[in-house]
Amino acid sequence: MSVFRTHVLLPVDEGTAQAGVFEVKRRLEKELNARQLLDEVKVLESGSVGIVGKGVILAVYPDRIYYFNVREEDVPRIIDEHLLKGRVVAGLAHAPIATMGAAKAAARGAKVGLTREQRRIVLDKAWTVDPENIDEVLAAGGYKGIEKIFTDKIQPEAVIEEIKRSGLRGRGGAGFPTGMKWEFTRKAPSAAGRTASGGEKFIICNADEGEPGTFKDRLILEGDPHRLIEAMTIAGYAIGAGRGFVYIRGEYELSIERLRKAISQARKYGLLGKNILESGYSFELEIRKGAGAYVCGEETALIESLEGKRGNPRVKPPYPVTNGLWQKPTAVNNVETLANVPAIMANGAEWFRKIGTDKCPGTKVFTILGHVEYPGLVETDMGTPLREIIFGYGGGIRGGKKFKAALLGGAAGVFLSERLLDVKMDYESLKENKAVLGSGAVLVMDEETSIVDMLFSIAKFFAHESCGQCVPCRIGTHQILDIIYRVRQGKGREGDLETILALAEAMFRSSLCPLGQSLVMPVRSALENFKDEFAMAIGHAGKS
Amino acid sequence: MKRDKILKQYEGTGDNLLAVLHDMQDANPEHYLSDDDLRAAADYLKLPYSFVYGVATFYTMYSLKPRGKNLIRVCQSPPCHLLGSSTISLELIRLLGVGFGETTPDKLFTLEMTSCLGVCGVAPAMMINKRVYGNLTKERIAEVIEGLRRAQ
Repeated sequence: MSVFRTHVLLPVDEGTAQAGVFEVKRRLEKELNARQLLDEVKVLESGSVGIVGKGVILAVYPDRIYYFNVREEDVPRIIDEHLLKGRVVAGLAHAPIATMGAAKAAARGAKVGLTREQRRIVLDKAWTVDPENIDEVLAAGGYKGIEKIFTDKIQPEAVIEEIKRSGLRGRGGAGFPTGMKWEFTRKAPSAAGRTASGGEKFIICNADEGEPGTFKDRLILEGDPHRLIEAMTIAGYAIGAGRGFVYIRGEYELSIERLRKAISQARKYGLLGKNILESGYSFELEIRKGAGAYVCGEETALIESLEGKRGNPRVKPPYPVTNGLWQKPTAVNNVETLANVPAIMANGAEWFRKIGTDKCPGTKVFTILGHVEYPGLVETDMGTPLREIIFGYGGGIRGGKKFKAALLGGAAGVFLSERLLDVKMDYESLKENKAVLGSGAVLVMDEETSIVDMLFSIAKFFAHESCGQCVPCRIGTHQILDIIYRVRQGKGREGDLETILALAEAMFRSSLCPLGQSLVMPVRSALENFKDEFAMAIGHAGKS
Repeated sequence: MKRDKILKQYEGTGDNLLAVLHDMQDANPEHYLSDDDLRAAADYLKLPYSFVYGVATFYTMYSLKPRGKNLIRVCQSPPCHLLGSSTISLELIRLLGVGFGETTPDKLFTLEMTSCLGVCGVAPAMMINKRVYGNLTKERIAEVIEGLRRAQ
């Protein structure tokens, strides 16, 4: 590997691609070549930095200088001034990422913006290495986790013990302890199934990210696919699985392509496949592409889909840990959950426990959306107050308006009012406040937003995504949609709100899977926290 | 012929159904699955035709009707809704003269709705074929549609 004095990173995602990142890259390479700088300056495509709506982003390392909204014609200036003379191009550059907050602080008296300091574990390499180059990943510390396991001959039970001690909990929404899930799967007896031969177990990564407002898994997959491969290998080793599947939603073209490339590189390097690192352990990893069904994010529906069927959820119990894919013991973990595993194995459970809260150690990736100054994504400590996420990282409400509500956790989430702005963002604290962390999406609404209209949008989403298998969800979602539609049009009747709530609660008690069970969360929280607005909508303001 | 080639890449087990349907649809210039496609998949994977039909109609990415050259998918999930996706939808309906699930008579555009595309940072957003368009306004939509029409 040659040594470059400077690295120029170009984060590639849908936004920057649209803004012309590839044109900028071509120009950059052309201009560097003309100045014979190609062996000094390395240009590479990285994963998204989580900053959106700022056009093409160009980062210069080790200087940690960020340029936003870069156009092709800016390239010669950046090269001549910055890369040759070491002078940051004023007017184009933004402050270094960690001290961006400080720069803004002077102006605003507070630390704001997505470029303020974050703590990154799962996205640690996602914007500093070329995700399509395994050498860079290895140089940056990739695959240290499995290296440690196989060099120190750590037994599968000890891996599970380490994950249990770390306190890692599922990041898909439910927050179930990962180590326990693995232990159940490892200990489950594997009876002979219908299709596959006996004795098999499976590890599945749930990358069917469909919760509205969530794109954390996409950024992990696009930015650091090797981390997921390493994590799946560790998980497979721990539970005793020889095969793993990554189920990715069909719309995530770039994620699929990057992971596919990463798998073939890992295989070439002996990090995947037969006898990994001479350990005697063999593991095969396959990608399976979804075809557009929100319900397949539910683990048993996902398993059905993986088997090539309609994504209808199964009745639980039995749970996948005993009766999963082809009725074999199966652990299903979310992308973000798994992405924590390599770092835990490399650095130890104690290190992980020092981050976040006592009951929810580690970090969480939050997507900040809606009426905020800086929409995007941050990874920060579990337990960070909501206020800091919205006003610190998100930069507050855009256009100088006032905060009205935040929808936490996506469509299957909870509406919070200003009263709960100081809640800590971890499973326990949110539960105490009748809220959920869900996928980590934070949709912010300003004072002009109609909560009735937002609840209508959510009801529409659920009615569209209900798989139709069980009656309460199939009928209930449409009934609720019809009523909210009427209320939104100003044709609400007395008793409508009580009916909506009763329907949602009945769905919670009787639906087969979390899809039907969770509509009650946005419904109840909207009706409770924004009571007056709904009362007004049906013309009974002040009466209740 | 093309169909056989696709099928042969897979083992004849039922779990490959989704992948087979994806590949067949991608190979079709009209972006859909024909009845012959479904029957071929059923035969090869040893599944009942009704089962294959059930799967093909369950998932939103598959279509059993021919679709236009440009597949427009408008995100209507709550984050895009909050930032005005209904205005965007209405504007598209007005410009194209077709509703959701329909194709223009010149077979140039098919309008569909989609759940979250995962690009909420640039909401409201839509996807045309494999490209995402974000921060949409009425003007931007007119520009994009006009551009695609002129590209003919």
